[in-house]
Amino acid sequence: MGTNIFMRRASSSYNIQSVSSVFASCCNFSRTLSTSVSAEVKVGGTLVSQEENGGTKSMNLFTAINQALYIALDTDPRSYIFGEDVGFGGVFRCTTGLADRFGKNRVFNTPLCEQGIVGFGIGLAAMGNLAIAEIQFADYIYPAFDQIVNEAAKFRYRSGNQFNCGGLTIRAPYGAVGHGGHYHSQSPEAFFCHVPGIKVVIPRSPKEAKGLLLSSIRDPNPVVFFEPKWLYRLAVEEVPVDDFMLPLSEAEVIREGSDITLVGWGAQLSIMEQACADAEKDGISCELIDLKTLIPWDKETVEASVRKTGRLLISHEAPVTGGFGAEISASIVERCFMRLEAPVARVCGLDTPFPLVFEPFYMPTKNKILDAIKSTVNY
Amino acid sequence: MALSSHRALTHLRRLTPLRRISTDSTISIETSIPFTGHNIDPPSRNLTTSPSELMTFFHDMALMRRMEIAADSLYKAKLIRGFCHLYDGQEAVAIGMEAAITKKDCIITAYRDHCIYLARGGTLIGAFAELMGRKEGCSKGKGGSMHFYLKEKGFYGGHGIVGAQVPLGIGLSFAQKYEKDGSVSFALYGDGAANQGQLFEALNMAALWDLPAILVCENNHYGMGTAEWRAAKSPSYYKRGDYVPGLKVDGMDAFAVKQACAFAKEHVLKNGPIVSILPYFSYTTVSFSYHGSLCVRLWFMVELPFTKI
Repeated sequence: MGTNIFMRRASSSYNIQSVSSVFASCCNFSRTLSTSVSAEVKVGGTLVSQEENGGTKSMNLFTAINQALYIALDTDPRSYIFGEDVGFGGVFRCTTGLADRFGKNRVFNTPLCEQGIVGFGIGLAAMGNLAIAEIQFADYIYPAFDQIVNEAAKFRYRSGNQFNCGGLTIRAPYGAVGHGGHYHSQSPEAFFCHVPGIKVVIPRSPKEAKGLLLSSIRDPNPVVFFEPKWLYRLAVEEVPVDDFMLPLSEAEVIREGSDITLVGWGAQLSIMEQACADAEKDGISCELIDLKTLIPWDKETVEASVRKTGRLLISHEAPVTGGFGAEISASIVERCFMRLEAPVARVCGLDTPFPLVFEPFYMPTKNKILDAIKSTVNY
Repeated sequence: MALSSHRALTHLRRLTPLRRISTDSTISIETSIPFTGHNIDPPSRNLTTSPSELMTFFHDMALMRRMEIAADSLYKAKLIRGFCHLYDGQEAVAIGMEAAITKKDCIITAYRDHCIYLARGGTLIGAFAELMGRKEGCSKGKGGSMHFYLKEKGFYGGHGIVGAQVPLGIGLSFAQKYEKDGSVSFALYGDGAANQGQLFEALNMAALWDLPAILVCENNHYGMGTAEWRAAKSPSYYKRGDYVPGLKVDGMDAFAVKQACAFAKEHVLKNGPIVSILPYFSYTTVSFSYHGSLCVRLWFMVELPFTKI
């Protein structure tokens, strides 16, 4: 493999002790962190639970993200959240109550200037802080593209590791929502997956979001964290109330199967799960993998699955040409060429700007996926 | 429900004055407040108008207001999907600007474009069909609320990304200067976009090359959900052009807008770009999805712009 410029942890599972040692070295002070926070957990300043350590609570995606942000601010006094309208809670309520609890010097609004927001975040992170920047919609991330690609991704490399902006996390809601149109529905993850030096993480559910966001914030590399806006209110799940992290760059097999491997991320997984359930009725056993981290992505898990099934289908909302599915397809063909029983299928958005009234035609729907599963299996 | 709104609006579109108005009498008026200039002598606040112009202004502004309120109802009934940014409260800007210019002049604006489209010569059918995603819409139903265009009347849209239309407007003015046809471009943006870097890039280019561009900041005091005093160190947007002259105009007064636009057009054809700011108070919340938790409705302007007519 090429030079790995990321700092990889020795163990793939995170626990709070390892995090505290990272902070001790970075921040010149040591903190003893317990493996769980106190029994009382406050979300947005309001007491919401009094479970004992390890309890869970049913919550939706934006509440889970709110909790993750709360914990991040609570456990590191040099963490900051900023972006457009985050002070009053943000347009999706992800930052509700944080300014009240932690103060306007740590949770603050920025003017409407994405390039400025990210550049500012890079500088803040370069000084050893945790800079959690919010871009209001992923569709607006492009003015910041230069800062992310040319500054954030290359800072550690070009300074010979003297400087880094690993404390930077950029959060942005992405993806279709049914009526978003051109500029409230885009999935720009593929642009960022083409940049060595940053990580791209996309959760599929509230529990995943909380764990992955905390990992992303504490990861010593700049991370772009896309949140599926469609699921902010819609997805409800039992989420552990304490501080926990989920490993980055580890894909998860969320449904075991033997006939075909399906790979996806974010909101699209729920559509793929429905397609798998329908395929099951036709006797096709589908294995479904949540990639979670898009770069660096877990090639080993996907390869092992394709070696088992011999077939691969990738689905994402972004347009098919140049989408991240193309990278997965090429890599798996390189690794598993002789094992493959059929061409790798990609069921993705059409190659058009994200439409307004034509959204139902554009989207990779359950039936499109089902058709592709059947044609791949019957190839 | 959509059909009955359509019938009501067709009737309004054909509304004619109830009695004949003498078109040849001249009325002298004064704008509501004087203009404020930055690096420029502002125009006089005295201007003349006629009864027929007054009636046209009133009719058109009332039409725009009714259109926006109808759009509001359609949006709440989910017949308009996506986003719907209304212009009620700002009608004076569209009307005043249009009265000062020709169809060879270009206007480009952000996503609050329904009434500019109408002022430029768009039809109600074109507007409502576009809002509801029908192919009779001005953008064939593909653009929606934020993307109204009218090429033959010099309306370059209709842009969803904040501030992105300003460099485009500067480009339009370069083409106009090249053509030497005495036309100018108006690039409209909001106070939120005033903090975008591309605005200053565009301003510099326009000033460097003496382009006939007028940058108009329609200031409703909120950029998304954040008030202007929390987003801008200097909310005097007309001064932000620094070396580019600026003009502060009462955006609630259609005649002030008309006077300022006529003055600006004459100025930029000789001297290069100008920035103007038109502060006003928006009649409704600035966008339906932005202010759920804020009491922006307290900003309702009691004095409606067309009562000034």
